[in-house]
Amino acid sequence: MAVETGRSVAKAADAEGIRGRGHRPGKKPGRLRRTFATHWYAWAMVAPVVTVIGVIVGYPLVRGMYLSTTNANEANVERHIGVNDIPATYESVGLDNYRAILSDGVFWDRLTWTVVWTVSCVALSFALGLALATMLNRKLAGRSFYRMALILPWAVPAFVSVFTWRLLFNEKKGLLNKLLAGGGIDAVPWLNDPTWAKISVITVNVWLGVPFMLVAMLGGLQSIPGELYEAAEMDGANAWQRFRHITLPGLRTVASTVILISGIWTFNMFPVIFLLTRGGPGDATEILVTYAYRLSFVVSPRDFAGSAAWGVLILALLSIIAVAYRRALRKQGEVW
Amino acid sequence: MRRGIAATGLIAALALTAAACGGDDEGSGGSKGGKLSGTVTFWDTSNDAEKGAYEKIAKGFEKLHPDVEVDYVNVPFGEANAKFKNAAGGNSGAPDVMRTEVAWTQDFASLGYLAPLDGTVALDKADDYLPQAAASTKFKGKTYAAPQTIDTLALFYNKKMLKDAGVEVPTSFDEVKSAAKKIRSKSGKTGLYLRGDDPYYYLPYLYGEGGDLLDTKNKKVTVDEPEGAEAFSVMKDLVDSKAAVTDASDGYNNQLNAFKDGDVAMALDGPWSIQGALQGKEFKSDKGNLGVAPAPAGSARQGAPQGGWNLAAYAGSGNLDASYEFIKYMSSAKVQQQTTEQLSLLPTRTSVYDVKSVKDNQMVQFFKPAVAKSVQRPWIPEANALFEPIRLQLEKVLSGKSSPEKGAKGIGDAYRKLLKDYK
Repeated sequence: MAVETGRSVAKAADAEGIRGRGHRPGKKPGRLRRTFATHWYAWAMVAPVVTVIGVIVGYPLVRGMYLSTTNANEANVERHIGVNDIPATYESVGLDNYRAILSDGVFWDRLTWTVVWTVSCVALSFALGLALATMLNRKLAGRSFYRMALILPWAVPAFVSVFTWRLLFNEKKGLLNKLLAGGGIDAVPWLNDPTWAKISVITVNVWLGVPFMLVAMLGGLQSIPGELYEAAEMDGANAWQRFRHITLPGLRTVASTVILISGIWTFNMFPVIFLLTRGGPGDATEILVTYAYRLSFVVSPRDFAGSAAWGVLILALLSIIAVAYRRALRKQGEVW
Repeated sequence: MRRGIAATGLIAALALTAAACGGDDEGSGGSKGGKLSGTVTFWDTSNDAEKGAYEKIAKGFEKLHPDVEVDYVNVPFGEANAKFKNAAGGNSGAPDVMRTEVAWTQDFASLGYLAPLDGTVALDKADDYLPQAAASTKFKGKTYAAPQTIDTLALFYNKKMLKDAGVEVPTSFDEVKSAAKKIRSKSGKTGLYLRGDDPYYYLPYLYGEGGDLLDTKNKKVTVDEPEGAEAFSVMKDLVDSKAAVTDASDGYNNQLNAFKDGDVAMALDGPWSIQGALQGKEFKSDKGNLGVAPAPAGSARQGAPQGGWNLAAYAGSGNLDASYEFIKYMSSAKVQQQTTEQLSLLPTRTSVYDVKSVKDNQMVQFFKPAVAKSVQRPWIPEANALFEPIRLQLEKVLSGKSSPEKGAKGIGDAYRKLLKDYK
């Protein structure tokens, strides 16, 4: 995050406050105080960021967790609208929301599809990104043009891309089906058939995700010393062996990080699903986050408590996955 | 993008914290010495073909009240409900006057978002309103909106295509099926476009079989009675027999395009699509080619849902006086006459139907009796929430993943979950 230089006065004031708290009469300087004394500048620098994150992430997060243990909905939360003052009437229901969600088939259906969606999106975009990066890492004519062209999906705002894809996918008027018709193939119900809709959303997300993988992999490839390849070539290793034994291990650190990040993004990839299919047809492409959104913003009265419980479950799932993934990497000797 | 992790946890929380923040009174003005001033923000939900005319009409209010500025905002129908709720519940950014769908009115009113209009200037000559239009504005004995326009679903048909195939205008879904067969054999085109993505279009089939969603008097869910399943069977049969084409997404545009380009001969649609249809190649040069007939009947009766739009004032509006006056203007006989002349929309005032230009309007001539016979929907706060379960089951049934019986039962189960005191 960029540090705003214009606010140095405020930061200095913060720092004074922090130092001031450290003074306790009649006590030896404790470890905390020494840390502050030595690193006060660093603390002052991060203070605004910590405050902002505390306000925009921490508070809503805690409040969301609290709400998930109540029966709050649109009709019983506090509202002040003009002359109408409506007090809050929701109450605590303990873990009922979680019990209801976990015992309902909807959650498990959505979870299964979310996992399929995440794994296939990440695997495909990683494989494509790696393949393209390997190709672009060689000297070839017009290399910078190809690199630019492949970054393009990333430069376009996601909603523009998704709406464009939606036009392409249109069953009757879309370009994709026109092309197929030219080849004598029947129209494909891209967004109208559950299976095709799933394929379609994955395609779009992969298309959007490849540039990120490509850039990361190119960076990784360029950090592998060329001497290794030269030495391998001298020893008579063929292209596949060089890729298998030099490129892949050399990319491991970068790859493991981007796979985790991209996994988390994809798991929560709201815009692609929402803008392309709105979770449809029916609820075929609904992932966990779009369903939580539906509870909170589409159904009436809006179920804030239920949606918050879904949110907390999603957060818990992702934390578990992230921790497990890190453990697995550490076992393989990866320092991350 | 790390915030993505937390974002989901926040979705609900943010909406709530916004709601918890106190009200900031925005919008100044009101009446000074009997003269109105300030700004009236109006959220209109009319579609692309209609919005130009509506903006002009709304701005016409400024001529009557030179100190009031009308801030016209067009909000797409699909987003309007959620957008208003976000703004109204969060106490920021809500309009002064909102065009609400008839089934949204009770929902918004029950949440305290709307200002009651009884005894204000907004309800001008209330006796003049069609009774069924007025029914949709009431909640717990108070009036929360002024009816703006009323509508129902009807069968739009391409006169030339029907004539070429040598078929009469169908009066029942059975006839639609046989007509579609002839149209296909004659021109290779499809008979009907069936909206598979919008639960509203399930209603003509349900009413046609003699069923209904709920029995509000006896607090009973009725959609999973045999009529509900039969309605699904009729729809599925139309699609399976290739009498109809359907989509599970983007149906509004697909239907309108298919119909106005002559890819299908018939479609169930409402007066809001008249302008759009007339702009297509089949009707642009020959407006008379567009035919409208009552929605086809099912095996029991003919019935299409009553729809339409009301005008409501946001309870937190900083300029309620001007808002009431604006509602009075927008629902006045004169403005209703203008919207009928320009957009062929149906007035909600009986007196307007006596005006010659309205009486002579072909679409009104057709839609008026259709509206008179249309079936009233349950005017309860949950009315809008009744659609989501239908949407889910509609997709399952039409794609063959679920039987019509299971589909109807699925809707009924969801309703009992939603309406706690219904059996």
